[in-house]
Formats: sequence, structure tokens, C-alpha cells
Amino acid sequence: MMIPEATIIDYGIGNLLSVSRALEHCGAKVTITDNPEIILSSTRVVLPGVGAFGNGMKELENRGLDKVIKQYASSGKNLIGICLGMQLLFDSSEEFGATRGLSLIPGKVIQIPDKTLNGESLKIPHIGWNGLFGPNENSTQWNEKILATVLPGESAYFVHSFMANPINEEDVKAVCFYGGNKVTALVGKGNIVGCQFHPEKSGEVGIKILKQFLLN
Amino acid sequence: MRKIRLIGRLDIKGPNLIKGIHLEGLRVIGSPSEYSLRYYNEGIDELIYMDCVASLYGRNSLGEMVKNVAQNVFVPLTVGGGIRSVEDATHLLRCGADKVAINTAAVANPNLITEVAKKFGSQCMVLSIEAKQIAPGRWEAYTDNGREKTGLDVVEWVKKGVALGAGEILLTSVDQEGTQKGFDVDLIKAITSEISVPVIASGGMGKPEDLVSAVKVGEADAIAMAHILHYNKFSLQEIRKVAKRAGIDVREL
Repeated sequence: MMIPEATIIDYGIGNLLSVSRALEHCGAKVTITDNPEIILSSTRVVLPGVGAFGNGMKELENRGLDKVIKQYASSGKNLIGICLGMQLLFDSSEEFGATRGLSLIPGKVIQIPDKTLNGESLKIPHIGWNGLFGPNENSTQWNEKILATVLPGESAYFVHSFMANPINEEDVKAVCFYGGNKVTALVGKGNIVGCQFHPEKSGEVGIKILKQFLLN
Repeated sequence: MRKIRLIGRLDIKGPNLIKGIHLEGLRVIGSPSEYSLRYYNEGIDELIYMDCVASLYGRNSLGEMVKNVAQNVFVPLTVGGGIRSVEDATHLLRCGADKVAINTAAVANPNLITEVAKKFGSQCMVLSIEAKQIAPGRWEAYTDNGREKTGLDVVEWVKKGVALGAGEILLTSVDQEGTQKGFDVDLIKAITSEISVPVIASGGMGKPEDLVSAVKVGEADAIAMAHILHYNKFSLQEIRKVAKRAGIDVREL
């Protein structure tokens, strides 16, 4: 059997080790790099990240990696963004004033509502385990193959204060509920996937998702 | 609402998992990585590692231990004990930790809280508190594993720590720790009613029912467990069941 390969983009932020360990656990050969040629010749690319949107984008631009990621994404090969890496796939974020993103998926990154549906105050950031559900109440099947082995309601681990708000509803593949508010958990558009939660910290549910990513 | 997190707390001395009473009289239990893997396989939500004699031993062993654990344990890891600088925190995060817990060095230099939060985000900066009751409704903060007084009022100190950037509080009751007599619910409530960041209740869990009052009355966001798990008193599954029966939302497995 062929050993699946995955390339993690190193742009100076984030805990790359955890993502790398989780992918290795799933049987992948992992490369961590900021080298454009290696990234462009990869078959699977992971854009990780934690921290602030503006800083993340700046670090990508400083290394010229914003253009590299866009070029890679246009090749049709698999790309997954995790947490901040997912948010960077969008047009812009309202975190610390408007900042431009990679514009690979149309939409904005906005603040998580800080009130429950009943008007009670909610703790921000949203930290902890939360169940993954289809975007519509009557959706019984995932419309995204990376979730193929996950059961609706299974939990993943989230740490974030902002969330993606895609323009096209069909780009939202999974949501979670925080204080009754719908929060985008996973997005997908063709060869591009983004997850707000950390699959590398989501126990066996996260491992199932990463294994599926390696199959694609 | 929010799911209450069930956290395994592993106190570490050198290469060993240990356990004491009131943070003292430490007894060797086994290998941290074996216990970590067991808790991971049973569905623990997070793990906390506290090096309880960090001032006496090199901390490299803790970094190496985290590296080891991070190979096959895929839940958030918090590491504390002897972290004195942003460099110490950076080292542990590079080894695979997701958060650092700081007590002694934060008391000595509160700006460290801000420095760590600025560099890695508040979610990464856990303020560790060792509280001893000194009067009804009053607790004093201790350092060095419950050995040194600080003169700081716990509630005031926590409020200051949150204002400086702490994103989570690991609240250990030295009085209850290791006793298996239940949590200091008044202490938990005194803190959760003053701040808005998550509070991990630690110290005293002897039976699954103990977490119910810590969550329902104390309003703890997470429960740290040591003895009850290390000595196989109850399984995580039993603990989860009790929580659910009491109407507490926990992760579905």
C-alpha cells in the first residue's frame, strides 16, 4: 500500500507538532515546510494556525506563502485549513479591524455571538468539546466526504473567539451550537476543506477525520 | 449549554506519576505515559501534568515526557510546574503542550501572565492557584506545591490574574487535595462568581457524585481528577454516567 503524504505549512505560528503527530499516527509521511516548491508539488497540504487573523496573514505574506497557497488550491489538490488556518481561507476577518484573507472561500470571519438565544451572556472564547451536526435540522447525511466516518453529535475540540460566516450556505458542511447559536464547524468547497475545531486534539473523532483527509 | 470537561491530573516527580495528600507525602504510582494512554483510550477530555518538585529537578524531563505522550494522545495537554519565563513556556509548547499552567513565577512576577498571553493567546495561559482556607469565605494563595504562603487573597489574586491575561484558572484546594472528601465548593463558587474565564476545579474528588455540586453549585467549567482515576476507584464511564444523570452535559462517546 502507498504511504499517504501530507505537507504542513510552517509560517511561524501554531503548534505544528500536534498536527504532525496526529497525521503520522494516521499513517502519513509528514513534511513541515515553508518552501514554495515543496508545497506546490505536494498532494495534500495542511494550513494550521492559532492566534490572531491579522498576524497569521502577515506571516503568510512575509514568506510569500499567500500566493503559493492560492496557486496550490487552484491545482485542485487537497487543502485543509485548521482553526485559524480555516479562517484564513475566507475573504476577510473583523478581528482587530478588517483584515484581508486568502479569498479561497467567499465569506467573512466574524465574532461568535456573546449572548445565548435567551440573552444570557456567554463565555468567549468558545473552549471545549462540542457536538458536530449537519448544517440543516433535517440533514441526516454529511455533504462532505471528510466527515464520512463521523456520526452526527460526536464531539470535537474547539478553541476560538471568531467564526466563519460563508456567503454560500452550501459551503457550510457542519455546525456546532454554542449557547443555542449556530457556529460554523466545518466548511468545504471542492478540494478545499476547513475545520474550526482541532482534529489533532479531538480524540478518535479527529483521528477519523484526518484519516479520511489522507484517503482523499 | 457548555460541556463540562473531565480532566485527568497527573502530578509528576522526575520520571514518575505520583500522588500525595494535601500535595505532600508523595507516593509513586507509575509511568505517566502509560496512565495518559489509558485515560485517553477511556475518553478523557484533557490531561494536566504538574511537576510538583520542579524547583529541585531539571524540567527537561517534563518536556521529554510531554513529547512522548503527544505521540499517541490526541486531546489537549496542559503542563505546569517550574515555568519561570516565556522561554520555559515556549519550550513546553514546542514539546506538544497546548497550555501552560503557572503559579509560583506568576506570583513573583505577574507580568509573566501578560507576556505568555500576548505571545501565545490567553487560551494558552492557565493561572494555577493553590488555595488554603484561612477564615470562613477567605482563602490564601500558596506556592511551591502548597508550601509557601503568599499573603495574597485568592479571589483578589485571581481577578488580577484574569485582568493580566489568564485565560483559564486551575483552582486547587490544598485542604481537599488527596483527601477524597469532595471539592471545596465554596471556594469554587467564590471564584466563578467573580470572573468570566473557565475554572477547573481540582482537589478532593473521591466519588463521581462529588463533581455534581462542584458544577451545579460551584459552577466549575471543568473537573480535574487524580486519585479517583489513578487508583481505579471509578471508571471514566461511570463518572460520565453520574454527571449525565444529574443533568450535566458531558462529551458523548
